[in-house]
Amino acid sequence: MLKNLNILRHQGKQFIPDISSAKLANTFRGRPVISSEEVDENELMELCPTNAISANPVCIDLGKCTFCGECAINFPKKIQFTNDYKIATNIRENLIVKAGNDELIQLNVETIRKEIQEYFSGSLKLRQVSAGGDNSCELELNACSNVNFDMGRFGIDFVASPRHADGIVITGPITENMSRPLQICYDAIPDPKIVILAGTDAISGGIFEGSPALNRSFLSKYKVDLYVPGNPIHPLTFINGVLALIQKRK
Amino acid sequence: MNYISVKNNQTISFNEIPELEYPLFLEQNVFTLLKNETAHCVSYYGIKLENCIKLICCIADDSENDIKISSCIVHVNEPLNSFAHHNLVFEKFEREIFENFGVNYTNHPWLKPVRFPADRFSKNTSIKDYPFFTIESEELHEVGVGPIHAGIIEPGHFRFICNGEQILHLETQFGYQHRGIEQLFLSKKKLLQRSTLAENISGDSVVAHSLAFVNLWESLCNVHPDQSLKFERILALELERMAIHTGDLSAMCTDIGYQLGSAVLGRLRTPLINFFQKWCGNRLAKGLIRVGKTNFPFTQELEVELAKILDDYEKDFEEISDELFSLPSALVRFEKTGVVSTELATKLGNTGMAARMSNIKRDIRYSHPHDWYCEFVHEPILKQNGDVYARARLRKKEINQSIAYIRQLIKTFPVREFELPPISTPSVNSFTISLVEGWRGEICHSAITNSNGELVHYKIKDPSFHNWLSLSIAVRNNEISDFPICNKSFSLSYCGHDL
Repeated sequence: MLKNLNILRHQGKQFIPDISSAKLANTFRGRPVISSEEVDENELMELCPTNAISANPVCIDLGKCTFCGECAINFPKKIQFTNDYKIATNIRENLIVKAGNDELIQLNVETIRKEIQEYFSGSLKLRQVSAGGDNSCELELNACSNVNFDMGRFGIDFVASPRHADGIVITGPITENMSRPLQICYDAIPDPKIVILAGTDAISGGIFEGSPALNRSFLSKYKVDLYVPGNPIHPLTFINGVLALIQKRK
Repeated sequence: MNYISVKNNQTISFNEIPELEYPLFLEQNVFTLLKNETAHCVSYYGIKLENCIKLICCIADDSENDIKISSCIVHVNEPLNSFAHHNLVFEKFEREIFENFGVNYTNHPWLKPVRFPADRFSKNTSIKDYPFFTIESEELHEVGVGPIHAGIIEPGHFRFICNGEQILHLETQFGYQHRGIEQLFLSKKKLLQRSTLAENISGDSVVAHSLAFVNLWESLCNVHPDQSLKFERILALELERMAIHTGDLSAMCTDIGYQLGSAVLGRLRTPLINFFQKWCGNRLAKGLIRVGKTNFPFTQELEVELAKILDDYEKDFEEISDELFSLPSALVRFEKTGVVSTELATKLGNTGMAARMSNIKRDIRYSHPHDWYCEFVHEPILKQNGDVYARARLRKKEINQSIAYIRQLIKTFPVREFELPPISTPSVNSFTISLVEGWRGEICHSAITNSNGELVHYKIKDPSFHNWLSLSIAVRNNEISDFPICNKSFSLSYCGHDL
């Protein structure tokens, strides 16, 4: 018993007291900032492994970006990744960062379905489905509930049964072989329910875009309530994104 | 004997691989080469040629530190004597060849689909039609689990046949994670795309799979990284081993309901992966390993920080390990649960941790060393009993070994010598094979180029490909309630298997 108490004491304080103001290492690649510096835009676009960069003006689509940082390393004056991890949004277009526009990525409150804050602001139970995910977003979603991030304190938990869930969190590019189980799981969740896409692979297919082994037709059927970019997502991006989605607004 | 012997990461001309008649090909690989206990099959696959299939078999010999490669041309309708009929190690390799090309094996013990890939030979069936083994009996019942599991893990289906609470039989079905990654290696032509693919094969083995890819590619392009780059990569590989082993020990505590162990080990993983974030901006080291260069050099500042992290980690890790491994309620769940004997592990061709837990000395770092491992003789940690306890202790000991290695690497970190020249195109008509010991076990990548130096075939083999069958056998005669702890103690990959 004493030994157990000692072990507990030796851990110190591990939890992050304020999830919304925690600071990450400067090296973390979160929201990019694109300057208006003139560069060879074709060369810049050619560099990107997932065609996330478009030209005139230069834009980076965080829904496609793998956050490898290669563009920022080759064009340091043009592109810089900041350590701003609050990059989740409910509007797909908001993930596109434009040159010369240093605005935060936020949710559009107007377009959040009314029932979300009505039903889920105090408690949200989520069912996660990995549909071709490489286990990196899955590791990070698990980390959301560990002693460091402790998402449970906000009433947000992952549950085993879709019957107990209020929504679905999809990771991975959605493979043909997972398309049916994903649909069955979604159908088993009672209404009203939300859809969250976690990670670049889920949002756009990422590096797997164009593979004949994918079947992303599920996404054309339902409204996505939250896009959480990252490769993998950072737990802070996920938690802050979900909190912003379900937050009670007067 | 008719094969070509190559070293790990050696590039040879594709035409140098001897082509044998099928009976001789079988005789050589199944009977002659594998007779030696230190030999094991690291990859066996087919390549579609115009109207035939070329089979390539790679047998690694740990005592001679080489890989013996031979090939054979077969036709789709030609009835073939199965390797697996004589040696179970080939069981899944042949199923894959059958599934991809429709090769007609006459005496394979269970010729079933492996993953229902997009480019499979027959599209008459899909993943929902998998032919499970069944037993007719009024006393038995079946339990189906998945593809979607209770926790946040990848999908796969487990079908148990139970007698009361006891598992008689378990069959695993995969393919749900199939993303067509080997084909994408060919269709995505930019080097950065391929590096990105390699680090997305399995997100828990980012460094290990990336390292297999870069070693292979650098060999194909005949570039030689300087010492500091080699050091960095191994440092990352050992750090990944530590981080994932720690997380798995935490998850094993969760599965036996030991909350203190779960919480403490779970939080001990955090500083390790946060160090990756400090180093390269990503907690799982995506972006860190690149062909012929690094975007994130290991600096003096990082050195100091890592040394401190290890010191702090070690103290708390030893404390919780002492407690965990002397706790009767934990030991009773670990000991004699999910046993795989040495004999069985040999028969199934287990690799990595799943071999070493059963006292099989199989470790690429020791038998086919590359980079920093060439500078000394790595001594693999072995356990005897092949149970959950052995797999937990193995992780604990390997963490200690990795700490020692990382300290050694920091101490002797070489000065950065030179900038590498830009990467040229790969050698033409070539074949390269690359082996890396990831935390889970032996990873094998192999590639073939054509007369223009373009990639025409890329093959990936994750250790999970061998080891899943071992889990199915391990849980026999155990209570079904012990399945989660058995599964977690193996901690095999779904996406690494499905590719």
